[in-house]
Amino acid sequence: MVISLCIVIGSLLIIFGLVIYNGASSLSIEMLTQTPAPGNALGGGILNAILGSLFLALPATGLACLVGIGIALYLQNEFTHAWISGFIRFTLDVLWGIPSIVYGIFCLMIMIYLGMGSSLLVGIIALTLLEIPIITRYMDEAIKMVPLGLKESAYSLGSTKFETAFKVIRKQAFPGILAGVLLGLGRGIGDAASILFTAGFSSRIPTSVFDSTAALPTMIFNLYSLPSGQPKAYAAAFILLLIVLIISILSRILTRRFTKHIIR
Amino acid sequence: MNQPKYQIETKNLSISYDAHNVIKDVNIRIPAKQLTAIIGPSGCGKTTLLKSFNRLLDLREDVKISGKIMVDGIDILGPRLDVPDIRKKMGLLSQKPYPLPMSIYENVAYGLRIHHQKKGEELDRIVEQCLKEVGLWSEVKDRLHEPATGLSVGQQQRLCLARAIAVKPEVVLCDEPTSALDPIAAQQIEKLLLKLKKEYTVVLVTHTLRQAKRVADYVVYMYFGMVIEQGPANEIFNNPKNPETKAYMSGEIG
Repeated sequence: MVISLCIVIGSLLIIFGLVIYNGASSLSIEMLTQTPAPGNALGGGILNAILGSLFLALPATGLACLVGIGIALYLQNEFTHAWISGFIRFTLDVLWGIPSIVYGIFCLMIMIYLGMGSSLLVGIIALTLLEIPIITRYMDEAIKMVPLGLKESAYSLGSTKFETAFKVIRKQAFPGILAGVLLGLGRGIGDAASILFTAGFSSRIPTSVFDSTAALPTMIFNLYSLPSGQPKAYAAAFILLLIVLIISILSRILTRRFTKHIIR
Repeated sequence: MNQPKYQIETKNLSISYDAHNVIKDVNIRIPAKQLTAIIGPSGCGKTTLLKSFNRLLDLREDVKISGKIMVDGIDILGPRLDVPDIRKKMGLLSQKPYPLPMSIYENVAYGLRIHHQKKGEELDRIVEQCLKEVGLWSEVKDRLHEPATGLSVGQQQRLCLARAIAVKPEVVLCDEPTSALDPIAAQQIEKLLLKLKKEYTVVLVTHTLRQAKRVADYVVYMYFGMVIEQGPANEIFNNPKNPETKAYMSGEIG
């Protein structure tokens, strides 16, 4: 037990330690506030990548939520046959397991077919595809876990289906749904493979959805392959870690806040 | 108790899950403003029968119902009925309390908000009155806006009762409401049911014979989905006509 504890906490600390140790020399406020200096990829900051990551992951999460809630509600529908919902759940689980690079080349193929260039838009679509199975399965499970007795209680008070769904089931299922959404967001922000080809790379902040954009993972990849770019790559990795950590902590706090009313 | 009015009447009611017949040709009459106990061994269809009265069985897809359930002279299984309206007339107290995922106050206010659009002080007043009626007010008045899940199971069950009577039902359906409670909490619920029968028709499903003896005015004895005997409590308990009822009363079966 102690060993497993050491492995888990130890690896987290070592990762943080190494990233900070290697990147400390390049960490500065400019990293967060400036875009790369023109003509010199090692100068300036990585603001373009930070914003790029957010511009990619936030809309992708939003879109995935929209698609996810639709599928999840369909799965809960009492008129959906058991074998259809079983098949959809199985498909989602398979999609969840597909490596993100496959989503990347899939979107790349469609992009080329449509004659588009790598852009924020295609990157968002690739991330959306990546996040849909995660978010949908979490939503589905959260709604499925609502006890029958609670639904019966709500209906017995004379609630309509709509009132039961939106006033009672929604409240009960919300922490689980939120956990799924934030997990999807964390995955989207951290993923490199799916956006490597689709979002492209640019040292400017994107001004439209058709612009190429850098993101933190691709920025790290790019910096690391430059001669003497490693310290800056580590600094960028530290910022990425920090963002993911903030999302995790936020999800903890929010989930706890919404869980206090939940019956078990 | 001369010539009681009947609140619920079933006519040739049969219910099956898949191909399994749970309720077989049941004809019962439940008198208004009395406490009717439905007794019988576990798994004989008591809960199914109870849940058919407010159409909760609709939530299951494999259920087939035939026959009639007359409530106030209207067949609630008939077409084009407003199901939420039927359910509004029937409060439910289930085996295990399921408070809504909201505060104590909101649990009681929920039904009032969705049906009567009550607001502000009037809402406060009714919530207080309902909580007083179940003897919970003094225990929760300082933490009305805290989660209902913070209450003990016994308090939660009383909260569920307060929530049910807040929508002014005509009938209170109780599905073994004391089986998850400790003896003291159970006793409180029993006392409340005795109090409630003055205003409401109470239908109590129970598998403890002693509880039925303590509280029932009218008794329906069921066995394997069939009604073996029904009638006023003192008749059924002291002078059962059917040998099977007699066997159950003396503790030979069940």
